Order: sequence, then C-alpha cells, then structure tokens
Amino acid sequence: MRTYRLPQEETPLLDALGQYRRNRIVPFDVPGHKQGRGNAELAHFLGRECLAVDVNSMKPLDNLGHPTSVIKRAQQLAADAFGAEHAFFIVNGTTAAVQAMILYACKSGEKIIMPRNVHTSAINALVLSGATPVYVNPGVDRRLGIALGMSVSDIRRAMDEHPDAKAVFVNNPTYYGICSDLKAIVALAHSRNMLVLADEAHGTHFSFGGALPDSAISCGADMAAVSMHKTGGSLTQSSLLLTSGSINAGYVRQILSLTQTTSASYLLLSSLDISRRNLALHGSAIFERVTDIAEYARAEVNKIGGLYAYGRELINGATVFDFDITKLSVFTRDIGLAGIEVYDILRDEYGIQTEFGDLGNLLAIISVGDSDQNIERLISSLSEVKRRYMRDRAGMFDHDYISPIVELTPKKAFYSDKRSVPTKASDGMICGEFVMCYPPGIPILAPGERITAEIIDYIRYAKDKGCLVTGTEDITTQHIKVVGGND
Amino acid sequence: MELWFTEQHTPDVRFSIRVGRQLFSAKSKFQAIDIFESDEFGRFLTLDGVMMLTEKDEFIYHDMIVHVPMATNPDIKNVMVIGAGDGGTIRELVRYPSIERIDMIEIDEAVVTACREYLPQTTCSLDDKRVRIHYEDGLKFVRSRHSAYDLIIVDSTDPFGPGEGLFTKEFYGNCYKALTGDGILVNQHESPYYEEDARAMCQAHHRIRDFFDICRVYQAHIPTYPSGHWLFGFASKKYDPVRDLDAERWRSLGLKTRYYNTDIHKGSFALPTYVLEKLNA
Ligand SMILES: Cc1ncc(COP(=O)(O)O)c(C=O)c1O
Repeated sequence: MRTYRLPQEETPLLDALGQYRRNRIVPFDVPGHKQGRGNAELAHFLGRECLAVDVNSMKPLDNLGHPTSVIKRAQQLAADAFGAEHAFFIVNGTTAAVQAMILYACKSGEKIIMPRNVHTSAINALVLSGATPVYVNPGVDRRLGIALGMSVSDIRRAMDEHPDAKAVFVNNPTYYGICSDLKAIVALAHSRNMLVLADEAHGTHFSFGGALPDSAISCGADMAAVSMHKTGGSLTQSSLLLTSGSINAGYVRQILSLTQTTSASYLLLSSLDISRRNLALHGSAIFERVTDIAEYARAEVNKIGGLYAYGRELINGATVFDFDITKLSVFTRDIGLAGIEVYDILRDEYGIQTEFGDLGNLLAIISVGDSDQNIERLISSLSEVKRRYMRDRAGMFDHDYISPIVELTPKKAFYSDKRSVPTKASDGMICGEFVMCYPPGIPILAPGERITAEIIDYIRYAKDKGCLVTGTEDITTQHIKVVGGND
Repeated sequence: MELWFTEQHTPDVRFSIRVGRQLFSAKSKFQAIDIFESDEFGRFLTLDGVMMLTEKDEFIYHDMIVHVPMATNPDIKNVMVIGAGDGGTIRELVRYPSIERIDMIEIDEAVVTACREYLPQTTCSLDDKRVRIHYEDGLKFVRSRHSAYDLIIVDSTDPFGPGEGLFTKEFYGNCYKALTGDGILVNQHESPYYEEDARAMCQAHHRIRDFFDICRVYQAHIPTYPSGHWLFGFASKKYDPVRDLDAERWRSLGLKTRYYNTDIHKGSFALPTYVLEKLNA
C-alpha cells in the first residue's frame, strides 16, 4: 500500500460544486442553459443534477487557467496520488498534455528524440512547435507485426549523433502495452541534459498496481501525460499532465493556456477529482482485480487455439522491457482474419465493442468497469468467431511497421506549398499531411516523409480490410497532398 | 398488517401476492435471493425481486421445459441444464431411466443452498447419482464442450442481470457446437405480450434461428409470470418437435404429469397470430 502526504479522502472540487448547488446561486453568467433550465431536452437526457453543475469558473470554484483555491488543492492531491511534484488538470484530452510537453521542451528548430510509433498528437505538436524529430526505430515483432519499445542502445546512438537534442519522448506503454526501459533512458537523458517526456495515455493505472510496469514519474521522467479517462475512470477528454521538480510549473501553465480552453468544464474537472480519490484509496484493489480478469481472459483466449493473446513472455530486456498485463491484445492472423475484421464481427454480430483492430491484432481494454460476465462474453464470442470464420491465412499482409524516410520537418512540410495527387500515383513524393488508421492513431505517414510503393500498398490493404484511414484533407484518401507546387 | 410481494411487470403494471411470511433473504455475489410463503401459491422464490417459481404452478414450467424435448427424442442420454438452481428441471429429467448423465451449470451456489433448505419440492432429485452440479458461468461451460450433449436446457433468469449472457449469439453458437448431430436446445423464451419481454423473445429467436435448421417456439400458461403467457424455444439440428413426436413411445413410459400430455405437446406449437408475426418479423 502506498502512503500519501495529503489526505486523499478529500475531494475539494466535488465539495465546492456541492456547496455551489446547495447555495442555490442565481446564474446571470454563462453557460446560457442556466443549470439546465433553458434546455429541457438536454436536461432530460443528461439529468438535471448533471446540468446543475455544468458551470463556468467563478471565485468559489476557482479557475483552471489561474488556480488559487479548490482547483489548486485538487491538483496538489492528484500530484501526491501520482507521486509527482505538480499535476495539471486537462480538459482538452491527453492530446493537450502531449502537446504541452513538447511545446515546453522544444522551441522551433530544436530536436526531440522519439520513436516513430507515437500517437498523432505528438507529431501534431511538432507541426505546432517546429521541433525536429529524431526518430529512433522501435523494435518490431515480425510475427505480430507490431512496433515495440525503444532499446537503450538505440537511444544512446541517437543521443551520440544528436547531442543537441532537448528531449526524449517515450510511450509508457504503447497502445499494445509495451514499455521501454524508462529508468535507463532517464539516466542517459539526464546525464546529457535532455528532458524525458512520457506519453502515459495508456498507463494511468501504473501508479496504483503491484504487478504493473513502473509509472513514468516514478522512473524519474520529467513530464508525463496521463489519460485519466482511459483507464482511470474519469470522463472522456479529461486528463492529467504530471511534472517533476525539474520543471517550471508556471511556464507549463502558460504553455497550456496557449491552446487550452478558458471555459474548462466542471463536469470533466470534478470527474478528475473523484477518480483521483478513488484511485488513491482503492486503486491497488481495483487493478489487482483488473489484472486478474485480464490474465484469466488471456489464458482462456489462448485455450481456444489459433488466437494468441500475448503477455509477459514478449519481454526481451530491450525493445520489450516490460508489458502491461491489463491490455488484452490478441493476435488474429493465424485464423486468417485481420484484427480489424474480428473487431468488426464482434461489434456487428455480437454487440461487443473493442478498442481497435489493426491488420494482425485486436485490442480489448480491461478496466475498473469490467465484470466477470462480460469477459466471458468476449471470450466466448472470440471462440465463435474462430469456429465460424476461420480461413486460410494465405495472402495476408504481414509487415506492419514501415520505417519512415524523413525528408523535411513536419512543420516545414505541413506549411509548404502542396498539391493533391492520386494516392496510388504518389510513390516517391514527399507527403504533406498525415495518414493514419484511427484508432490507434499512429501515423502511417507524417508530413515530410517520403511516400513509397510499400506504404501505398499498406494504405490500400488497410482500407480494404475496413480500417478507418484518416488524416488526409481528402476524406476518402483517394488523393494525398504532396510537397511542391500548388493546386 | 398485510404483507405483499409486488413485482413490476412493466413500469405501469404490477403483480402482487399476499405473503404470510418471508422465509429467507440474502444477497449473493450475483443477486438478491428471497423465499416467501403465501396462501395462494405456497412457497415462492424470487431473484432480484423477479418471480422464479411458486410451489403451486411450477409444475407447468418444468413439465413443458423437459417433457417436450424428451418425448421428441426418447433416446436422449446426455443432458446439460443451465441455470435451474431450484432443481425443478432436474426433478423431471431424472424420471427418465434412459438418461445417463446430467450436467447442471448454475452460476450461483447460494440459490441451490437456499432452495435445498426451503423448496424440497423442487430440489428433491439434485442428489441423483447421474447429476453433476457445476457452479460456473454457463457461457464458460459450453465454450469448452464439443458434440457432447443430446439435449441442452436453458432454464435461465431474464436477460437482464446474471442471465444476460445466456441470451447472446455467442451462447447459442456455443450450444450448437456442444450438441451432437441430433441434439436439441430448449430454452425459456420470455413472454410475447409486454413490449420489453417481447423484444427479448424476438432477439433470442432470431439468434437461435441463425444456427439451427429447425427452430420452433411453443407456449404454456404460467399464472405467475408476466402476462401469464410464456414461451419456450425448441431448436434442433434434426428433430422436428411435432413431426417427430413419438406419442406412443412416450405414453408407454407411464410418466404421470399434471400439465404435459402428448396432445398439449402438439397443440403448444400452435401460436397466436400476433406472436407468429412478431417472431417472423
Ligand atoms: C498514445 C496516445 N497518446 C495520446 C493520445 C491522445 O489522447 P486524447 O484522445 O485524450 O486526446 C492517445 C489517444 O488515443 C494515445 O493513444
């Protein structure tokens, strides 16, 4: 059991909202629905109680952009719960937290070392900041067709070649649950005056579970973007940015204000406050149960035969330093189905929504909200999908990760003159926009990267299989914007 | 003082029984279990406040869920029963000497324990040596069985709560896999009358139809269930319950029943037009 410095039973924001409601304040401010009275339909749908606290910042409720009272206290409690020096509540998604980390660490033209299998929000931040990415090839599991973590030796080489880099950006973990050796990376980076920024969108629970990988902050990372809404139980879009003592908190707040709303939702903020208390007080019990369910499901899926739910056996000391066992990732290609096909069958025929399917894998998120019965449904449905749909695996695409050829910085490419060409005729050109499957939202192409025949083939195959290919101006991805010339 | 048990059959309809006393009340890991005693219906069991059975009318349900498939194929030897914690279905099954093995899969041991204590009328045969009780999730149990049973009886609660998984497509598909080539699946099939029950009925029917060549529905009158009009599903890879009924052979077994007879067997598959329309929609 962790011990905390502050009384984690407190919920200052929740209490302040309760007080606000009890005081029966007459609102002559925004929002104009006035505690729901002006929008009966919405109040009916979401509930009066909910709309009554959909309010704007005011003295008793503090202000996210300039916290001095209850938000400040709630953020201190969150920092304590996660073992950080500071915590910032975020209402624009983990995207905002990721971007704040990068904008904080790198000015235009400065370098940042990162794996290429980052979420699109990180590369978007490069477009905003003008930072130059130094990509470290993540390891690749050939069989599963997924990108892994970064090995320490690859990072050291990148640092040797780019000693002027300002920061290292690390997924902790990747969408699939794979972690790099963060402690070693931190030691290396700090010895060279580089910051370590962790995208912990899928690792909120790391701070609270025994059998889980180490949280970024506990490894000494300087900043971590934590998606409370993903596995922590708070409302969608609410998130945390954690920082360590090395970081100037006032400057972080200014950076956040560049893009974050001035009308932060108190529904989101209070959900952070409530979820933080729940995690601090009950997190270890909750995640013990979550890991039990996930380990049980993994064993049962592996009994079906043909489907491979992978786990800690992937750990290899380098590109898979640790594995988050709460992720239920299932390799589907051996039954002749792409992960995205299984994902679609589960949803359309069995009423089961999983997180995503890519070309070879299906990912189910197990969290605080799962029941034994629902997990049986998932396992039994997978067994049925195999029984009913299994086919020969011939002709299946089997290389998922393609190393990028970076020709221009994302910002330069994004803002240069561009023209639109048919995607299938774009071989050899420099891409001017993003192309990705969503989810997982990891770019196949980022602005500034050279398009290859292999990539064009990959995009076509992903679309054929039913992946939602996004990012391009042309919503159908038939055309792609390339650098040079004008339409 | 008057004490009444009330069940909400719809948001606007209630069904009440005057209760003499409450015999048992507990919350298990899965549900609230209550047993009452009443003048009109004798003792009765409710789960999460929903009527499961009464001593007075349980014979109707248990006759119809067991004797219809057994009369259709008297050679059934291996039976799986899912749910059935009250034991009534087992009591009827063990009357067939030809049955060799009965696997009963009940998720909630607390139901069986409570029924053994207060409802000996239905639990009386649970200790028959052919019966094996597995306290397990039904969905999980069928998943690992292949071509192993001649009959699967789904004696479940409603599809809202612990019984939800027993109305799913994955469950019916796994049952299909667990049955032998001439296997039969019988399930309690909700009521056609009230809207929410009827929706569950249609959904279950359509899902079963996706797997089984023969998929029929039959009915019975059960006074303590919503609307009193209750349905059962009969699905098979081979047997048609009306065409293949061997009435002579069943009668020769000499089983005494109070609701079931071979005429009711045939007649119960004749459904009202509005029910057929819903099922075929
Ligand atoms: C690795 C990673 N980082 C960041 C994000 C962005 O989070 P959000 O959607 O909350 O903005 C995501 C979202 O899926 C993600 O997967």
